[in-house]
Amino acid sequence: MQDAVLAMLAKEPSHGYHLRARLRQSLGLLGESMNPGQVYVTLARLERAGLVVCERADGLPDRPERKVYALTPAGQERVTAWLAEVSWPKPDLAEFHLKLIAAAAARLADPIELVAAQRRELLRRLAETQRAALAEPAGSRAVLLLEGIVLRLQADLRWLEACERAWSGAAGKTGDEGEPGGRDDDEAEGA
Amino acid sequence: MKVSSAVLRARGLVKQHGHGQGRVRAVDEVDLEVPEGQTLAVMGPSGCGKSTLLHLLGGLERPSAGEVWLAGRRVDTLSERALARLRRRSVGFVFQAFHLMEELSAAENVELPALLAGFSRREARRRAGFLLEQVGLTGRARHLPSQLSGGQRQRVAIARALANEPLVILADEPTGNLDSTATLDVLRIFEELRAAGQTLVMVTHDERVAATADRLISMRDGMFVDDTRLAGDATGWLGGLIGLEG
Repeated sequence: MQDAVLAMLAKEPSHGYHLRARLRQSLGLLGESMNPGQVYVTLARLERAGLVVCERADGLPDRPERKVYALTPAGQERVTAWLAEVSWPKPDLAEFHLKLIAAAAARLADPIELVAAQRRELLRRLAETQRAALAEPAGSRAVLLLEGIVLRLQADLRWLEACERAWSGAAGKTGDEGEPGGRDDDEAEGA
Repeated sequence: MKVSSAVLRARGLVKQHGHGQGRVRAVDEVDLEVPEGQTLAVMGPSGCGKSTLLHLLGGLERPSAGEVWLAGRRVDTLSERALARLRRRSVGFVFQAFHLMEELSAAENVELPALLAGFSRREARRRAGFLLEQVGLTGRARHLPSQLSGGQRQRVAIARALANEPLVILADEPTGNLDSTATLDVLRIFEELRAAGQTLVMVTHDERVAATADRLISMRDGMFVDDTRLAGDATGWLGGLIGLEG
């Protein structure tokens, strides 16, 4: 959040409320749930860190939303560093992976059931995200963000399919259906 | 969920291919109720029997055992002729490969099932105009299928499936042949159909298409292994994504 707010100030000095409006516009429906005070809290922190200064205040001096903020040279530097930085959110799959292994080892739960429950939840999220994307007005930039969330959910769903295949193979199913070999385990990624 | 009668119902449905040792049950003792206004997606790996199930529900194939009921009427025992009439009047099909009539224009392709279902020529024409507008193809009404993109052809096919005011639409991999942009157009239309209360059953391996449905059934080896409601209460999960930390 701090980096994003800083980078938005790189265009020109701005009021807090203007920054907030730009954030909301970029995030679409996701931005609706943004805490209204968050931008001001972030700006105050950035000011304490010497990355922004309050240039002037229009109208009433003690109302934070009337303050115009600008980047300091240190703020400029940090924006440049942020843009150059290659980072990506970690997909946290290890926890679920270990959950399946622990559940199976201790016979606490059927891993296939755990996968199915996870899959149901992800599909609900996919449905919700997709509806949000369809509800965005034409030309909205936020659609691109929602599209990214959809694609990640699809990747996770594909991984769950692989989990299901692997764990069904491991459990040998109930063994009463005389079906040798199980499913197409050779077809690594599925379609 | 509102209380409503099942438009489509199946009991102990079985479809068997082959005999003796080589016998395969494509659909294995399936029970299903689809209430009016529900959109249902059936997912599963290829070969799980989902397309066969759809064909049985639409009367395109006959079951080896079990029953299919459409709007309170048993259909698996009907004569070929009665079955064909029922399909013309009450069911709309959408196929992966579109199956449009190549020598007819988009509008004529949509009019045809309306005429076959007993609409007057004028009503059929009006309905076709309305439906093509719904799928965003008013400007393409006079085009032949060969002059349309894959996505446009599938939208014509969806309009055609709606032309007879069907009790249920059955869609078999409706986005199977489409690129992602065209898929989004179909998603949008399916979302509108859901909102409009059109009963719809689709089989698909595309999670995005499935995610437009109210309900999702997973199929493996001819059987249902999961049945989930997708629509309804928002989980509030999306909003939580923007807890962009200080």
